[in-house]
Amino acid sequence: MAVGKSVERLDAVAKATGRARYTEDFTLSGMKHAVYVRSTIAHGIVTGINTEKAGALPGVRAIFTYEDVPDIRFSTAGHPYSDDPSHRDPYDRHLLTKHVRFEGDEIAIVVADSELIARKAAKLVEVTYDELAVLNTPENILAENAPQIHPEGNLTGEHEFSVGGDMSEAVKASAHLTESSYKTAMVQHCHLENQIAYGYMDDNDNIVVVSSTQIPHIARRIISEALSFPIGRIKVIKPYIGGGFGAKQDVVVEPMAAWLTLKMDGAPVQVNLTREESLSCSRTRHPFIGHAKGGADKDGTLRFLDLDAVSLTGAYASHGHAIAQAGGAKACTMYPRAVIRYHARTLYSNMPTAGAMRGYGTPQVVFFVENIIEELARKSGTDPLEFRLKNVGITGDINPLNNKPILTHGLKECLEKGRELIKWDEKQKLYKNKKSGNIRSGLGVACFSYASGTYPVLVEGASVRMVLNQDGSVHIQAGATEIGQGSDTVFAQMTSETTGISFEKVKVISTQDTDFSPFDTGAYASRQTYVGGQAVYKAAVELKEKILKYAELITGQTIDRIIIAGDKVVLKEKPEVTVITMRDLAVDAYYHKDRGGQITAEVSYKTRTNAPSFGCTFVDIDVDVKLCKVYIKEIYNIHDAGKIINPLLAEGQVHGGMSMSIGAALSEELLIDDKTGRVYNNNLLDYKLPTIMDMPDLKCAFVETDEPTASYGNKSLGEPPVISPAPALRNAVWDATGAKPDEIPMSPKYLFKVFKKSGII
Amino acid sequence: MITREISFILNGSEMCIDVDVRMSLLDVLRNEGFNSIKQGCGVGECGACTALVDGVPYDTCVYLAVWADGKEIRTVEGESRNGELSKVQRAYIDAGAVQCGYCTPGFIMTTTAFVEKHKGKDIDRELIRKEHAGNLCRCTGYEMIICAVESCMKDS
Repeated sequence: MAVGKSVERLDAVAKATGRARYTEDFTLSGMKHAVYVRSTIAHGIVTGINTEKAGALPGVRAIFTYEDVPDIRFSTAGHPYSDDPSHRDPYDRHLLTKHVRFEGDEIAIVVADSELIARKAAKLVEVTYDELAVLNTPENILAENAPQIHPEGNLTGEHEFSVGGDMSEAVKASAHLTESSYKTAMVQHCHLENQIAYGYMDDNDNIVVVSSTQIPHIARRIISEALSFPIGRIKVIKPYIGGGFGAKQDVVVEPMAAWLTLKMDGAPVQVNLTREESLSCSRTRHPFIGHAKGGADKDGTLRFLDLDAVSLTGAYASHGHAIAQAGGAKACTMYPRAVIRYHARTLYSNMPTAGAMRGYGTPQVVFFVENIIEELARKSGTDPLEFRLKNVGITGDINPLNNKPILTHGLKECLEKGRELIKWDEKQKLYKNKKSGNIRSGLGVACFSYASGTYPVLVEGASVRMVLNQDGSVHIQAGATEIGQGSDTVFAQMTSETTGISFEKVKVISTQDTDFSPFDTGAYASRQTYVGGQAVYKAAVELKEKILKYAELITGQTIDRIIIAGDKVVLKEKPEVTVITMRDLAVDAYYHKDRGGQITAEVSYKTRTNAPSFGCTFVDIDVDVKLCKVYIKEIYNIHDAGKIINPLLAEGQVHGGMSMSIGAALSEELLIDDKTGRVYNNNLLDYKLPTIMDMPDLKCAFVETDEPTASYGNKSLGEPPVISPAPALRNAVWDATGAKPDEIPMSPKYLFKVFKKSGII
Repeated sequence: MITREISFILNGSEMCIDVDVRMSLLDVLRNEGFNSIKQGCGVGECGACTALVDGVPYDTCVYLAVWADGKEIRTVEGESRNGELSKVQRAYIDAGAVQCGYCTPGFIMTTTAFVEKHKGKDIDRELIRKEHAGNLCRCTGYEMIICAVESCMKDS
């Protein structure tokens, strides 16, 4: 039995020895290097472009500008194609642009023999502009006379929903009412491997793109759309990938790499972004500006949540309004008995493009929800933890979005477990006398809910092929992509669990090649273990049956009496009796002249369920009031992710999400000048990504519910850990100091303002 | 292009090569096929290109190749021999400190230097943090990396 065990991840040795090859580690002789010429202003129209000096540099092979690219608008968002046009992302981008919409927009591209020459040349390209007003606040973006960032206008999308009853009734019935405005900053993924891809052609017809992508099959479709080139003649290969966190659920460089090889007669051309480009010219997290209202009964029963959010998507839509939509929807199952209204608008702006990032809008919306919940709890005189315990959903509650019962809802149990782990009650008492002076102590809690995939908004399909090798081992080709989260390993565990074949004999092919890998839309929405896991289960069942049937054929032992145990087929009732070894069975199947054949199983399955997952953060902090600094003494994330397939990998996911949220809560922010749109800190020194010095000890626990819609009882876990630490920290700062922060990051700069305003400094 | 011949010990073997004097040690090592040296920033911020130079961790992206002349260089490729992982490599795997793997070789080299420097001494998490502060990781939150280092120290 392999599920539930902390087996060693399949790629661990490759990665620890440096043998794992990432996109940049593959070289082709004659590789050309392409570097973008980027705009130096945030908004304007290019009036002139002079490439003479750049073109004269030895080693420069070509320079292409916006005039040379196909007149095709495309969307870079890594969504599966939607058969519903209203769910398609805005097709708002060309390969290169004359209308520049953020500082760093792509005007031209230089192809040269080396990256160094290409960078030198790109700097020699002279560009003149007609500057337009820089729009970076909802007020100036929506102003009547504001210039249009895109021909369709500055509003990317807008929607509203209301569930759970009549809002005006709920407001009337509330004894306690509260409202506040909140803000979250633009942050960036900071995957250690920057965006990189190279394209080449190995004949006249076919383009190959090797890319650090979370979504090889989707990348193939988008390249096809952007170039108007047949999808069947494009292949995308995904080798090992150095982190993605959503930034690589978008095609940032792939269509360009494909187009350049076409233009360069099939020569290999690499586009490799610098860290600076990755930070401000790829994708970021949407900053949200929100207004929240809440109401509760006299006894602390939550009556309603009324949320209004403005999301800034930057220069291009990328995932656009889908982020604000998903964020609102996924946050709904936390408090499913309340009336919830959510109105959101997404606006273009002259800042870096925002796209998918771990949590996909939910961290922002949950920040609003868990802030207003805290305010309601305090206003109604209830302990914030008790208030949540009273109001969070429980198993059997109706999911207000689809009107179906929530089959596993472990949030309450998570809260109870966290209460014990952090010693909430004891510390509450202890910290009562630590609310004055310079060092103040406080506790914070925040909850979250999330989903396991994108259904029913988008299709959720996964495909898996299993092949029995001659030595009795199994190869798995899955369309789902390993990006560091451990999906290959859990797929092997699931296969071993279901077939009975030993884990050591299962190999998952980590590289996706769209010519060979069966179709799957890739790594996003915390979907792979849940959605891909279903395809793995079905393929494993099929493979097992085929193996046992073949064993019956060649041994005469009937199928109902035999099972697979490790590397042999044995009697079910007497497992010590070997019927045939897997190796002998496989060799017979492959090479017997009159029977058998390669034993394979292939499944393509669409999942039509979507299990909500839950959890919470508890944090214990000290605040140095004079220094405006927060010190985390203890922090726990507690998750209901259903059954845990691999505890060690699961903990790793939780720690990573926690650190990303702590960074967003305390230090991370892309600093963008309001007037000029200039990004001040697109490097890892000035962008305050947490270092090992900034991270406290991270602790986590699981409440293992058994989700009936998943074959292994599991639910999403990749993104959820990034949701609740930030609001928990905010609530803890308020608890410690009595001063209420309403924005993240709670950097010393911001806390100084908050503390000053509240008079504590 | 000005070149200079340099010689150094790389993972125990002598190397003698002509290098462009402008090249970083990162470029030279990667050109020689030592792909564990990753470029995450190119300006000494992230530590993904860490190698040991005479036992001390350096960002090879901001270390000129010519400076390596006469030095002893170690990369993660040299830490496992004949399929046998080093103690630090094994500890990273067992602790769950490996996720996307891009920062892993650099981190392992920093830890290798740390373990050799502090062998037999009492160390705490703060010292581990301080002496690994030049390596960034976005996947793990560093928790399991610290656990891996602790387990190496326990064994030493």
